[in-house]
Amino acid sequence: MSYIAKPKVAHPSLKRNKLGLTTRDYEGAVSTLCAGCGHDSVTAAIVQAVYELDIEPHRLAKMSGIGCSSKTPAYFASESHGFNSVHGRMPSVTTGANMANRDLTYIGVSGDGDSLSIGVGQFLHAIRRNLNMCYMIENNGVYGLTKGQFSASADVGSKPKKGQPNQQEPIDPVSVALSLGATYIARGFSGDKAQLVPLIKGALKHGGFALVDVISPCVTFNDHEGSTKSYAHTRQFYHHVVDMDYVPPAAEIRAAYEEGSAMPVELHDGSRIVLRKIDGDYDPTSRAAAFKYLRQRFNEGEIITGLLYIDEERDEMHDLMGNVDRPLSELSLDTLHPGAAGLGKVLGRYK
Amino acid sequence: MAANNDIVIKIATVNGTGSASANGLLRKAIFRMGVPVVGKNYFPSNIQGLPTWYEIRVTADGHQSRSNRVDIMVAMNAQTYKKDMAEVEPGGWLLYDSTWPRSDLLDREDISVIGIPLSRLCNEHFDGVRARILMKNIAYVGALAALLDLDLAVITGLLEETFGDKQHLIASNMEAIRLGYDYATEHFSCPLPHKVEAMDATKGHIVIDGNTAAGLGCMYAGATVGAWYPITPSTSLMDAFRSFCSEFRFEAESGKRTYAIIQAEDELAAIGMVLGASWNGARAFTPTSGPGISLMSEFIGFAYYAEIPAVIFNVQRTGPSTGMPTRTQQSDILACAYASHGDTRHVLLFPADPEECFYTAQQAFDLSERLQTPVMVLSDLDIGMNDWMVPDLEWDESYVHDRGKVLDSEALEKIEKFYRYLDVDGDGIPYRTLPGVDPKGAYFTRGSGHTRHGAYTEDSDAYQDVMDRLLVKWETARTLVPKAEIRYSKFNKAALLTVGSGHGACVEALERLSAENVGLNYCRLRAFPFDDSVREFLAQHEVVYVVEQNRDAQLRTLLMLDADGDPARLVSLLHYNGMPINAGFVVDAVQAERSKGRAA
Repeated sequence: MSYIAKPKVAHPSLKRNKLGLTTRDYEGAVSTLCAGCGHDSVTAAIVQAVYELDIEPHRLAKMSGIGCSSKTPAYFASESHGFNSVHGRMPSVTTGANMANRDLTYIGVSGDGDSLSIGVGQFLHAIRRNLNMCYMIENNGVYGLTKGQFSASADVGSKPKKGQPNQQEPIDPVSVALSLGATYIARGFSGDKAQLVPLIKGALKHGGFALVDVISPCVTFNDHEGSTKSYAHTRQFYHHVVDMDYVPPAAEIRAAYEEGSAMPVELHDGSRIVLRKIDGDYDPTSRAAAFKYLRQRFNEGEIITGLLYIDEERDEMHDLMGNVDRPLSELSLDTLHPGAAGLGKVLGRYK
Repeated sequence: MAANNDIVIKIATVNGTGSASANGLLRKAIFRMGVPVVGKNYFPSNIQGLPTWYEIRVTADGHQSRSNRVDIMVAMNAQTYKKDMAEVEPGGWLLYDSTWPRSDLLDREDISVIGIPLSRLCNEHFDGVRARILMKNIAYVGALAALLDLDLAVITGLLEETFGDKQHLIASNMEAIRLGYDYATEHFSCPLPHKVEAMDATKGHIVIDGNTAAGLGCMYAGATVGAWYPITPSTSLMDAFRSFCSEFRFEAESGKRTYAIIQAEDELAAIGMVLGASWNGARAFTPTSGPGISLMSEFIGFAYYAEIPAVIFNVQRTGPSTGMPTRTQQSDILACAYASHGDTRHVLLFPADPEECFYTAQQAFDLSERLQTPVMVLSDLDIGMNDWMVPDLEWDESYVHDRGKVLDSEALEKIEKFYRYLDVDGDGIPYRTLPGVDPKGAYFTRGSGHTRHGAYTEDSDAYQDVMDRLLVKWETARTLVPKAEIRYSKFNKAALLTVGSGHGACVEALERLSAENVGLNYCRLRAFPFDDSVREFLAQHEVVYVVEQNRDAQLRTLLMLDADGDPARLVSLLHYNGMPINAGFVVDAVQAERSKGRAA
């Protein structure tokens, strides 16, 4: 059986958030992924992030497509509605859901196959629309459920367990998102929860399309020597470029930051992100500079991580469209037409 | 043969020359004189340069379909001139632009030729190439006004409505009308023997196309999310919805929109958006055509299995593949009825004309939310894009939209635990909850195997349990969908059966057959699954002529599958050349079958 409910027993000493909930309350069913799968670490980071943000579970909507990554919404926030859709189509379902109710928090969990091959079209168009959502890609360079074929994010020269190394250029979701105007672009590593949790928190709070690309190694099919998406390779070549802290609305910024390195950005709900630049030359508010930096470091074989780009100014999809502030799903249907009198007026045009 | 108020005028022009507004003016003028009209547009998949036709059937009897006859051909397109002339009924007329006389006019000695030097007249009176081309169209309307004895005051009134306070446009258009009118009056005996006589048969009616009516219906149904990918011939449905929304859908205080229309990247995304929005409590729809249904099929199966409402308008066109995108057909019946892989079946609604498009749009949302399943409205290009005279649309202020079985917090509080796919009421329809309302209502929506409690499963019994319950729901759907329209004329062993846009042609054919002493009962399907009266109807008759607009007898197949139709008794009359079906075809096909000795 692939569905095992997790017993909800919380140790009395577990910390509680503002809603009185513990991290256990944000967990889901027992994972059926392979032992050591990077995705389970990402799930743990999501649980931590939504717990720390005091999000009411039922105000969170968990969206996914198909694949190992797309199973993970079952493994967190069991008191949230989940929508495990069809392969590569999570973005469109989330778009529709968000159009119906703009008041919920949307987290989409996808993979490199789901987002960069079969679903690449929908991924791109959700970015263009600046759909207000946190879009996670659990990126491992392979198809797991079908047993180890390369995905479109596999690097040139990366070796499979069997057969020839990959020769095709990879699709890098971060570069794609940069070129298409995503307004929050982050990359993390499943093995670095301390960095990942704030990246997810910022993404959930950002008012627009927030991409979190997470290198999340596949222990079964892509964790061997010669793979560029293995734990060992990622640990060796990944660098923090911009770390961030998330500061809730009305809270003070307490951490002591080194002179010149801290850069606060205010989010639409009054909360703040404080960017901490590890590389002083990096400018996470310049699309062009970010792109250039990324490509340079990529060419050197490095995997750069952190909050790589942010634009808090651009309107999200609803505001670009001029939609009402209330959820469309809550409007009474009787208020949505001009009644018999209005119909009479309309018909006059067809006489 | 033509008679007063029974005349077919066909206007052959070139796409992109602005003839549409002139043709509309002519059609409206006849309607305003109280005379029923049918307007059909035969257009190419092209923006500019290819041949296009507009056909106006003046029909005192108020017939709904096209007539397979042309009494007056307005031949404005040299490219199709020969073919157009060949179409004119013996004894009919050909109006052409005699600025350039044609040598082959005498090919038809059985028709009368009316040459009007439209180009010369317009070149003399108007400046600028564009104005001259446009006014040439208005001038042939003027000539037809003289030939058919149309009321010039009505035409003036229409131009005043169109152009409002732009006096110079009213004046120039009236001048063009006059040019044609006066020339025809001076050179020919006007009016023709068969003319338009004022009647009082259009009161309480409108002339509208089905896509506009459906778009209006979606607004009245309270649809708030529309997602689509442009595709002929469904595009004008979303255009209409957008236009009505831009007029009526604003929040008073803020001026912000109470609707979201998303032009999707493809039909896969369009239906995904509809499912996401419906899952989240909005009324959402997508208009499309055959190729779009093919692309949406995976998601349609998902929605069937995960039980999510969705309203899909399929304005059918001629397939397969790209086929003839600007021609009509009913060839997606089977593709829609069983869209997607695995065991799926879907509720279909078949409007017969634009009036029904308006009401069917509202029914589709109600049924879809009641049954928690996709509902497809199968219109077609003939209904969707042509001009039909139908009774005034009405809105019943006491109408209550049916939102189906949705549990709110209060209802959730009363139950011990919520299970998404449990058949509590025995009608096969489970309860659903909306995201964001209550933690107790949380559930996981998935296309993978699930139990009646909503949990993932690979257990055979638990899987089959849900699949069988979906069949119970299907039987409930059978009792909720609109019933077939059945007419028994008298005791007949033979019957005619059709669907959608076949209705107008069949009703007219029944009258004509009756005049030829052929009595047939009649069944017009309005929905799939078929209600029990359809099954009875099929069993009652020795032969049922099934009229449909596709090659493969798809409706007949469906009758065999879902209403126990006996193949030996179901005789197909198939019309699938892309043109709207007409009564003459039905009459001839029935008579041909009868002459084979097939009873009745």
